[in-house]
Amino acid sequence: MAGLPEHLLRRSAEARAKAEGRDVEEILAEMKGEAPAPEAAAPAPVAPAQPAATPAATAPAPASATGGVRDIATESAATGVPEALLQRAMEGRARKEGKPVPTMAAAPAATAAPVAAAPAPAAAAPPAIPDGVTTQRLLTVVKAGAIQQVKSSPADKVNVWPHLLAIEFVALMVVMAGLIIFSVFVDAPLLEFANFNEQPNPSKAPWYFLGLQELLSYFDPQVAGVIIPTFGVIGLAMIPYVDKNPAVRPSDRKLAIMIFSFFLFGAAILTTYGSFFRGPGFNFSFPWVDGIFFDF
Amino acid sequence: MANGNGRVGLKERLSQAGDHIRSSEVWTSIFRPGSPFRYGYTDSPRNRSYVIMNNVLYHLHPVKVKRHAVRLSYTLCLGGLSFFLFILLTITGIFLMFYYRPTSPQAYLDIQALSTDVAFGQLVRNMHRWGAHLMVLTVFLHMARVFYHGAYKPPREFNWVVGIVLLLLTLLLSFTGYLLPWDQLALWAVTVGSNMGAYAPVVGDQVSFALIGGVQITPDTLLRWYVLHVLFLPFIIVIFMAVHFWRVRKDGGISGPL
Repeated sequence: MAGLPEHLLRRSAEARAKAEGRDVEEILAEMKGEAPAPEAAAPAPVAPAQPAATPAATAPAPASATGGVRDIATESAATGVPEALLQRAMEGRARKEGKPVPTMAAAPAATAAPVAAAPAPAAAAPPAIPDGVTTQRLLTVVKAGAIQQVKSSPADKVNVWPHLLAIEFVALMVVMAGLIIFSVFVDAPLLEFANFNEQPNPSKAPWYFLGLQELLSYFDPQVAGVIIPTFGVIGLAMIPYVDKNPAVRPSDRKLAIMIFSFFLFGAAILTTYGSFFRGPGFNFSFPWVDGIFFDF
Repeated sequence: MANGNGRVGLKERLSQAGDHIRSSEVWTSIFRPGSPFRYGYTDSPRNRSYVIMNNVLYHLHPVKVKRHAVRLSYTLCLGGLSFFLFILLTITGIFLMFYYRPTSPQAYLDIQALSTDVAFGQLVRNMHRWGAHLMVLTVFLHMARVFYHGAYKPPREFNWVVGIVLLLLTLLLSFTGYLLPWDQLALWAVTVGSNMGAYAPVVGDQVSFALIGGVQITPDTLLRWYVLHVLFLPFIIVIFMAVHFWRVRKDGGISGPL
């Protein structure tokens, strides 16, 4: 099992523990070669590329349990991992666990368990690879997620057709019908021909600018006509970059909702006020007393 | 199949002709696999996917959406309705262009003639005007809806900014259209509105001069705003809409439930 990343080993151990009903840590230790595998539960790990080495593959694991010295040469022959890498992995593991760094095993057969000794010679000769066949070995496992984030968490989804398209179609029909019916009964305004010499009193901007026009009667034009709208638009565009709170539940973002609602209602009130409560000379007037000075 | 007289009935003939047309090469080339109009269509999960995947609608909608996204009460269809109103305004606007000349007395006379001489002229003009006001409203409400759902949060920050640009372009489109009837309402509302822009420091006068085509609104302004209204601003807003819709898809579709 040399050279496999820790998290893959663990996943494999967990799966096996679940299947065999045993403790994960026990299996993990066994896979790492730190504890002898029980005889009953030691299926030979299959190395498909090297069927000849299969009996030997199990051997190095228990062998290393006997002491700090492992049979690197045998293990290398069995697993196909170069000796240098095995040695480095062993040193690294030893350093991590605080044990003395083991040296390269000089006498493999002596320290290895008897089971390992017998099949080892068979594994010493790797299977012949025919000419022209390129073999590959695992260098490293790169975790997914570097280039493209795969979101595979299952979500409750429905087909756009017919579920969404049907709703959209009905919504469009309803709005179009409403618009046509409204347009049949209410005509768009058309006043007298444009006359540069006769300014109506009051003169009002289109309704969506009436909030600003209302502000003009309180503040200097520089403030009401320039600074407030400029900062309004910039502030609006900057909301996502200022509001760093990741929550979407209304109860978790009371401040943001409060501030936005304040400006929203402020704009609505100013617009309503400018539209319906401003009469001749843009002075205050009650619409039910002096009439409505407002055109769409 | 024959009826009692040994002759093929009309219904049968029509059905056969329909099948023949729908399995022809021309028909098959128009309706891609999965189209409900295609010969042999069945309502299967596979075809439900193909309806979207093999359709120009695939630019707007994925094959599947989260179940909560279908609930009308979640989006109120406001974004979709804004887009629909834009299309409706384009169609009615093209109709109006056939009868409108952006010159000084003529513009007003054309609008008058529209309501008296042209079939459905008044109705289409009404739809254009009320639709425009409605679009300002739906775009604005769409923005509020997105805010209250927190749908501007990462990774959707930039799409919110694109949305703000779309809101401003919508207002500009509405405002430039406001002048075109060339009546008292149009002239003075636009005068008041564009006077506000002239207060901008440093560039205010220049921007105002360029937009109005002079120091004050003149008949020349009419032509200028007409071109802005029917060509320039729609061109810009379509580009931003394309980015907006594309980002909705790329940022993971519609936002999650509250």
